[in-house]
Amino acid sequence: MKLKKNIAISENGFLFNPETGDSFILNPIGKEILNQLKEGQSVTDIKQLLLERYDVDLVSLEKNMEDFLVILQHHGLLDR
Amino acid sequence: MKKTKYHIAVTGLNNTDNPGPGIPVIRSLRESKDFDVRIIGLAYENLEPGIYMPDMVDKTYQIPYPSSGMDSLLKRIEYIHSRERLDVIIPNFDAELYSFIQSKERLKAIGIKTFLPTIDQFEERQKTNLGKYGQKYGIKVPMSKVIVHRHDIEQLKESFEYPLLVKGKFYDAYLAYSEEQVKSHFDRISAKWGMPVIIQEFIRGTEVNVIALGDGLGNTVGAVPMRKQYITDKGKAWGGVTIANDSMLELTRDLIKKTQWQGGMELELIKTMNNEYFLIEINPRIPAWVYLAVAAGQNLPEALVKLALGLNPPPFLNYKVGKMFIRYSYDLIGDISQFGALSVSGEM
Amino acid sequence: MKKLDYERPIINKVNAGMPDKFGMSTRVPVISHIEGVAITDIMKQFGSPIYVISEPCIRETFQQAQKAFLSRYPRVQFAWSYKTNYLNAVCKIFHSEGAWAEVVSGFEYTKAIENGIPGNQIIFNGPDKSREDLERAIKDGAMIHLDSLDEFYYLGELAHKLDKKANVGLRINLDAGIYPKWDRFGFNLENGEAWNVLNRVMLHEYMVLLGLHTHMGTYITSVNAYAVATRKMADLTNRLFRKYKYELKYLDLGGGFASKNTLKGAYLPGSDTCPSFDDYAEAITSVLLDSELPPERLPLLILESGRALVDDSGFMLGSVLANKRLADGRRATVIDIGVNMLFTSFWYDHEVLPTQLKSEQTENTTIYGPLCMNIDVIREAVQFPLLQRGDAVVIPRIGAYNMTQWMQFIKLRPPVLLIDTDKQIHLIRKKETNEQFNAMENVPEHLKG
Repeated sequence: MKLKKNIAISENGFLFNPETGDSFILNPIGKEILNQLKEGQSVTDIKQLLLERYDVDLVSLEKNMEDFLVILQHHGLLDR
Repeated sequence: MKKTKYHIAVTGLNNTDNPGPGIPVIRSLRESKDFDVRIIGLAYENLEPGIYMPDMVDKTYQIPYPSSGMDSLLKRIEYIHSRERLDVIIPNFDAELYSFIQSKERLKAIGIKTFLPTIDQFEERQKTNLGKYGQKYGIKVPMSKVIVHRHDIEQLKESFEYPLLVKGKFYDAYLAYSEEQVKSHFDRISAKWGMPVIIQEFIRGTEVNVIALGDGLGNTVGAVPMRKQYITDKGKAWGGVTIANDSMLELTRDLIKKTQWQGGMELELIKTMNNEYFLIEINPRIPAWVYLAVAAGQNLPEALVKLALGLNPPPFLNYKVGKMFIRYSYDLIGDISQFGALSVSGEM
Repeated sequence: MKKLDYERPIINKVNAGMPDKFGMSTRVPVISHIEGVAITDIMKQFGSPIYVISEPCIRETFQQAQKAFLSRYPRVQFAWSYKTNYLNAVCKIFHSEGAWAEVVSGFEYTKAIENGIPGNQIIFNGPDKSREDLERAIKDGAMIHLDSLDEFYYLGELAHKLDKKANVGLRINLDAGIYPKWDRFGFNLENGEAWNVLNRVMLHEYMVLLGLHTHMGTYITSVNAYAVATRKMADLTNRLFRKYKYELKYLDLGGGFASKNTLKGAYLPGSDTCPSFDDYAEAITSVLLDSELPPERLPLLILESGRALVDDSGFMLGSVLANKRLADGRRATVIDIGVNMLFTSFWYDHEVLPTQLKSEQTENTTIYGPLCMNIDVIREAVQFPLLQRGDAVVIPRIGAYNMTQWMQFIKLRPPVLLIDTDKQIHLIRKKETNEQFNAMENVPEHLKG
């Protein structure tokens, strides 16, 4: 699962999709995940990383990640 | 001598094809000979053109819609005040006026001044009350009737002649030539704006407007009459010219005297073939064409700021006739990063 | 190393034009306690969903209302509108504060009597009063407010048979400049019907006219409408005096005061537009004092406010059942509070609030109830924080109408708690049971077995 090319994420969490002209706002953890995806990390790796960094249990994280990826897909930001 | 610099917050930066008065107000204030200004734009939407126009606002903050409640609006303004030390706020949107009028005292308590009509002045000129208003203040108004049922329409022919106007509580007005048309407009308007629907006598004539400023004690600080020259499909003036018209000025002064109107206002009038004037609507704020009045010699926004600050501006005694405005549109160039900054932080 | 606080990842689309909530730091309010009692403790003990009523809140609100009127007008009497909330404990609180009872059925009348209210402090309104109801009301000396000419004749007949005069008030509908006009109740003022019936009552051998009553509508935010109605009622009172030298005992201005809830479709929130008791009182009493009624003939002013007195004291507690992502990408949260127990959600945009917040982030969310019915929507679209399954939610301002218009539909009705002034919790209505329900039913022999 990869982020579409050319997607620009600015420091303040603003995301611009140059292909469609859509703009989005991310919260810090959302920005972190997208940056990891952009660098080509796998979802499994990202989850592992977040589990280590954040105070969260696996089930909640799994649920939230799944939901987040669904919405990224919905907004057309992923290359499947 | 160095001029005092006032920090003035202005809303209505929507300088679109249906413009808010924000930008013209800012332009007027920047031309003040008596004071300097730092302009704080208050925007509801992140594409209000005024935010991006050069040399207009010094800084813009987003504020929450009035629909999210007075408390959250005031909290936001308190935050902005803590950063900007506001002297005066000039609200310019119809939809926000109620909230700002109700917050007058709370704003004053933290040192922010406004110059707005009282809640009674604001409420009694509502469209649905126009008949009573005309009676109370001795102004001709078109005969109107408020209806809530479709079956009321059949009785209209007893008191109205066709064509007549079918109007919504807040917006929209359609001319109807038959009962059938009234019914269809009634359905459309009631679906969109709810009840009641206003039926109004159609007065044939020319639409003329007056911009005016009342000092709250019954005095007219300034007033300029204007005739619209061209009207857009949204019913907004696209061009207009100042006219010499004593009847209109007299009517305005008389109304301000009787109502003790405080703040800016726009009177929408119809002048008939017999030179009678009918009041159609009162907008309880400065209209978007205010800069025409400034060009004609009456800087009403500047005077409004002085009134808000308790300085007594002398009344304007005359204005130049034949001054004209023509609106135009212009594509500003910005960058998506500006949009991003405003969207993320709510400030720019 | 200590781990960082977690919040779920969020991405929100920026719609040009729409201000985004991120930059605005709009905080979702949190209600964690009711009258100092932790909501988590209540739910641990009593489960979910559950209604909670605050006794201190009822008392404070009532006293505020009473003070607003009594500080302006010498003779004021509130009558508790039973249909707004007729749980006995709630009625008893109002009665202990001095309120009479305003009832609209034999069922409510019985409740009022059982709550210790004497007949002469019961106002009997409404279009449906049965023979038994009327006979009892005549005997008790209750204030019977006539709604129709048919009722006038029927009451006259019954009073004649009982050979006892009925205490009568006249329900009047009038044009106070508001919409909709409630012209279905009582007699119309402007077309002369009310005056006509007044004369008949005055001349009736078995009726004593005590007062006039009007009730213009519900959720009326225009205080001016009350001024107009009061003026018309005062004029009628004077007209009656001029003709008969008869002094009315009371004017009943009904209820209809708004609460701070926001009506669906309203642009500004109810908390901004709802007039205060002082505003209503000023409008009503100044008209009475300025009228031609001489001070010694000022009638008792009766008010039947319901919603404005009790809405704020009610809370509904529930919990999150599930979070969903709808097909169009919108977030949906399902809670165990449905429209069957929150009838007012059909006309209010109720606030749905968390009891604690782990993150400031919110998302545009539709809040659904638990019923397997498409109509079960508590909020169409609201900026809402993401709660997890099992997290508690609170819906404030639900004290009016929900505990009377509730439906037994799909599920049984939840219990109701009262928190008293000493923070003690009382179960004032038990959770309904299957046994109770089945006890009402009868299965014919041939279907048994």
